[in-house]
Amino acid sequence: MITKEKLFEIKEKTKPSLVEKLLESDRVEFRGEDLVLKGEYYKKQVRIALKNCDIIDPTNIDEYIAMDGYFALLKALTEHEPGYVVEEITESLLRGRGGAGFPTGRKWNEAYRYQADKKYIICNADEGDPGAFMDRSILEKDPHSVLEGMALGGYAIGSDQGYIYVRAEYPMAVKRLQIAIDQAREYGLLGKNIFGTGFNFDIELRLGSGAFVCGEGTALMESIEGRRGMPRPKIHRTAHKGLWGKPTIINNVETLANVPVIMNRGAKWFRGIGTEESPGTKVFALVGKVENAGLVEVPMGMTLREIVFDIGGGAQDGKEYKAVQTGGPSGGCIPAELIDTPVDFESLGKIWSIMGSGGMVVMDENTCMVDIAKFFLDFSVEESCGKCVPCREGTKRMYEILDRITKGEGVEGDIERLEELSETVSSTSLCGLGQTAPNPVITTIKYYRHEYEAHIKDKRCPAKSCKALIKYEITDKCIGCTRCAKVCPVVAITGKVKEMHHIDQSICIKCGACYDVCPVDAISII
Amino acid sequence: MEFKFDIEENKEQIIAFKEFLDSKKDTPGPLMPSLQRAQDVFGYLPKEMLEVISRKLSIPMAEIYGVATFYSQFSFIPTGKNKISVCLGTACYVKGAQSILEEIETQLGIKSGETTKDEVFSIASARCVGDCSIAPVILVNEDVYAKVKKDDIAEILAKYN
Repeated sequence: MITKEKLFEIKEKTKPSLVEKLLESDRVEFRGEDLVLKGEYYKKQVRIALKNCDIIDPTNIDEYIAMDGYFALLKALTEHEPGYVVEEITESLLRGRGGAGFPTGRKWNEAYRYQADKKYIICNADEGDPGAFMDRSILEKDPHSVLEGMALGGYAIGSDQGYIYVRAEYPMAVKRLQIAIDQAREYGLLGKNIFGTGFNFDIELRLGSGAFVCGEGTALMESIEGRRGMPRPKIHRTAHKGLWGKPTIINNVETLANVPVIMNRGAKWFRGIGTEESPGTKVFALVGKVENAGLVEVPMGMTLREIVFDIGGGAQDGKEYKAVQTGGPSGGCIPAELIDTPVDFESLGKIWSIMGSGGMVVMDENTCMVDIAKFFLDFSVEESCGKCVPCREGTKRMYEILDRITKGEGVEGDIERLEELSETVSSTSLCGLGQTAPNPVITTIKYYRHEYEAHIKDKRCPAKSCKALIKYEITDKCIGCTRCAKVCPVVAITGKVKEMHHIDQSICIKCGACYDVCPVDAISII
Repeated sequence: MEFKFDIEENKEQIIAFKEFLDSKKDTPGPLMPSLQRAQDVFGYLPKEMLEVISRKLSIPMAEIYGVATFYSQFSFIPTGKNKISVCLGTACYVKGAQSILEEIETQLGIKSGETTKDEVFSIASARCVGDCSIAPVILVNEDVYAKVKKDDIAEILAKYN
């Protein structure tokens, strides 16, 4: 079993060589006393949850200890009562990073005050929002921060058993977590009598099996218990009756990764970052049609413009930036004119989107907003667990309407019907999945109604993306190189060498192969 | 497709699997890990093995079937030697993943969720795999192919044939 002295010893021994190795690699630099990644991309970032990512070797517990790892746990266990940890987290105003933004301290306090013979703490690592991979990075690159966060949570609420529920699509994260758990057990940082204080805490890994709805807290618990992952009616708080009917705290990966840092540096320090109501930072997966795709961690309240343009470099290939989608299938599309919106829980809610877990998908002029709404609805239809009729049937009907619209078969009244269904589905579903499933439709109608109307009334797709509504034509720029004719899978293109070619619209399947291959951009989409 | 679970050929795996079930008896909530192990070891959930789970863990077949059908990662038919997953997450989608999937379906002559007759390939439905910064992404078994174009497909498939 590791002791206080031994922990210091490991740090003293490992840190100098780690720093030397890092400085030599030229990937990092000092910012104050902190080691941070070097480069333009990282300049505006403030990394708390990702502070060790790409800096330490995640399979080496000593390197985590060298970066002050497990010192927060040591301090809490040897110097403070559990109540102090709850207070400190409450004071920090840390809010759940999984999307809803519920204050972590308040959640912990509920379980802390509730008497029971057994309590559980669960790490929700079922990161399912398409276009989001923040948690994956933390799990793979800094798994110990999550374990330490859980142990601190366990100490705070009086739990001796933790579960990490990871989605099966992340095999590397599972591997790294298992290594980390084994190492922590070997050092006695998990298990019985941690630091000789009498505190017991262990963590077990549980895998998902490809059901998005299991990211919902109660559905996740059902899944761990070995049932279909369907959400429970919220009669009881899970902090009172959760897993196996016992008080259970469920926190997101990024939230837990914040905990040790807050305990180390204090709530006051944490409150100094970000905004008053949403302190700290948030990790975003900046992806889609953006120049510099990747993970960014920035203080709350930074504007979308700073994230998308200053860090992300704007839309790719010089195209026009159109919108950014936040919050995955539960979120909304934020149009270009709202780019100066600060990114925090409150501000995003005001413009009908949500923070969500942190996916930020950039879209350019060629992205059709009706098609995007359809994409998310397709996702919700697939992933609806089927328990609530409005979600199961409503999302399906909405998908069918959207599908018709993108095929040019939309009729007058479709938009209104979508709005009505949205209202019903969101107000009568049991869990967050159903309640928020219509959001992509609501926001795209709100901000891009003209695109819906163009599809329905003019049978036209302004983004030139919906296959049924576009036509490929060869313009007089054609040099007759015959490449398009050769690549056409249905032989719709005819023409002699060095003469202008022609597409037979009745045969064309609009695959776009000719468009991609033309060396002189002679093929236009109308 | 027609298939039969070969008990003789899987003899050793079956013994190991039974031992695994015995070790899980006293763990709370043993069903999911057991199904995951079966899927992992046998490549799908053979009915014969579900019956073993049912007996060993005292869970009715109907309940097991209910749970197994709920989760998309469980399969009731054998999967191919090489599993292809085309990521259809948002980032991949806006970068043309749909047409990549269609290309693979055309080249293999099967739809997503199916296995080729020779059991060499199967196409699995995939949710976001979390490699959004290198979209569009496809996975063949555990190999990740980044920024895939339609023209790359034939070459990628050839590697596994």
